[in-house]
Amino acid sequence: MTSVTKRTSPNVIVDRDKCIGCDICVQVCPMGILAMDKEKKAYMKYNECWYCLPCEVDCPVDAITVEIPYLVR
Amino acid sequence: MSDVMGLRRNYETDVLIIGGGSAGTMAAIKAKERFPGLNVTILEKAHIRRSGAIAMGMDGLNNAVIPGKATPEEYVWEITRANDGILDQRTVLYFAREGYSMVKELDSWGVKFSKDDRGDFIVHKVHMEGRYVVPMPEGSDLKRILYKKVKSRHITTINRVMATSILTRNNRVVGVTGLNVFTGEFVVIKASAVILTTGAAGRLGLPATGYLYGTYENPTNAGDGYAMAYRAGAQLTSLEAVMIVPLLKDYNGPACAYVAGPYGGYTADPDGERLTGNDYWSGELIMHMYQAKQRGQWPAFLKLDHLPEKDIAFIEHVLHSNERPSRDRFHANRGTNYRHRMLEMSLSEPSLCSGHSASGILVDEQARTTLEGLYAAGDVASVPHQYLLGAFVIGKLAGESAALYAKGASSSEPDPAQIDQEYERVYRPLHNSDGYHHEEVEYKIRRTFSQYSTPPKSGTMMNIGMERFRDIRMQDIPRLSAHDPHELGRTLEVPFILDCAEMSTMSSLYRKESRWGFLHYRLDYPTRDDVNGLYRTIVGRTPEGTMMVGQIPVPDPIITDKSSAPAQPVNK
Repeated sequence: MTSVTKRTSPNVIVDRDKCIGCDICVQVCPMGILAMDKEKKAYMKYNECWYCLPCEVDCPVDAITVEIPYLVR
Repeated sequence: MSDVMGLRRNYETDVLIIGGGSAGTMAAIKAKERFPGLNVTILEKAHIRRSGAIAMGMDGLNNAVIPGKATPEEYVWEITRANDGILDQRTVLYFAREGYSMVKELDSWGVKFSKDDRGDFIVHKVHMEGRYVVPMPEGSDLKRILYKKVKSRHITTINRVMATSILTRNNRVVGVTGLNVFTGEFVVIKASAVILTTGAAGRLGLPATGYLYGTYENPTNAGDGYAMAYRAGAQLTSLEAVMIVPLLKDYNGPACAYVAGPYGGYTADPDGERLTGNDYWSGELIMHMYQAKQRGQWPAFLKLDHLPEKDIAFIEHVLHSNERPSRDRFHANRGTNYRHRMLEMSLSEPSLCSGHSASGILVDEQARTTLEGLYAAGDVASVPHQYLLGAFVIGKLAGESAALYAKGASSSEPDPAQIDQEYERVYRPLHNSDGYHHEEVEYKIRRTFSQYSTPPKSGTMMNIGMERFRDIRMQDIPRLSAHDPHELGRTLEVPFILDCAEMSTMSSLYRKESRWGFLHYRLDYPTRDDVNGLYRTIVGRTPEGTMMVGQIPVPDPIITDKSSAPAQPVNK
């Protein structure tokens, strides 16, 4: 497969020091765009965010901040 | 690649609900209450803790008929006028009569409504004439309350499975196929009755945010239910009455001037004067805004800066803590504040949503579709202007009707050939490794809808749009490519969006007049034609598989003016 990648900054920011790998953000994201990396830390895997905030609100250790994406700022 | 990709998993249930939002959770709760011995299952594309249009709550019920404040007949007449006469009054009257008992039930579940010193519900006037708006300023709890009710009633929930097709046998529903968008498993659920509560078709036009998923509607609501119903053989109606609503400029949340209305806020022109008179969301409101734009009296603004601080603070709290709580940080980034100046508004992209308009699957006063065993409720079911309370009331109706049907239905096995055909369709994009990415094909469909099918409409433009849609269907859909379960789910949404785009455009072409204010404003037929236009468009699929548009009569009105009592009892 050939493809090009487009660089973009994630607007769901995970504080890796705080993240305990509980997976709740991955479960509740309506768009299913979050995932756990090899070190069991959450990250934004797909650039399809609706900035609706369940991930941030439901995180038990306040490790997530959702920013308004650039074009909407 | 997931190690269970493509594996099959089978389930069996009596009543299956597709979509665990407001209508779906209520349908499940009420189906189980009606017959506790039935197996009730919710299939949810996301996770029912935070899914549907109100994952983060809602600020009020916009259309409750509370005794002493309004009558069901007044409400039905108001909605009849807002829809220029094109509706089935029986379903709207049923909704209006049942709304109050639902509000009381939600109240008993712990949903917090605004009440006066005597404990009565506070009801605001937002519509043209009547008072129907019951505020829930602490409504951010709503989804959590519904989730707990579902869990406490032993309703099975299957999360992260996106329904891909409705299985039929002898023109009757026998089950559903689905894809687990986390694991890639193929799911087959045998069911006696199926309720579609999949929400709006929110990814139809291009939003002004610049992001494909920066839509007004929750973007998980891609129109799956509209397309699956159509493909299974059910009829849909009023798809030409697209939904367009006023938003804050650049932010895809509702401006909600109507929330501020009872406190003196309003939609203003650039000079700060009232622009629309009444801020209830209707095609007429959007036409007023469109005409103001043509006159140069634009943009429109949300005006609160003249209000006392305590009212501004309250409105701000309501708008920033419910439904779209990121609104707070949008304003923080821009440095905008309701206290300092008016805030610029714009109009949303078009979508299909019976909650605010009329487009949906045709349902009768038992929430039955035209396909045996299939029911529909919420934004996907054509009960005009039903809003959140409609999702609950019609959801309850669908749950009870489907439970009754499932109790008496004989079990029927799905057709293995139909399942195998769907399996092949679902996984085909995995084999097109150098094909098109779902975002590009989706963008092309939605760009075409925005440029050719969005009001103001014209036959010439829409015919060109239809040619483009057919090209995309023939050339691009077979080449869609996906590499993991998540991408496969997004990829399977694309043909659903295309079905919705074609169904809406064909309905718009069929109706050679203008109606619903701006929502079906045709430049080539700019006036309303009450001699030839008082019918409901119907979209259906012929046995040969082609899309057909026709019409059925509007059911005889029961309420013909705002004071009239019904000629005969309805549903009671």
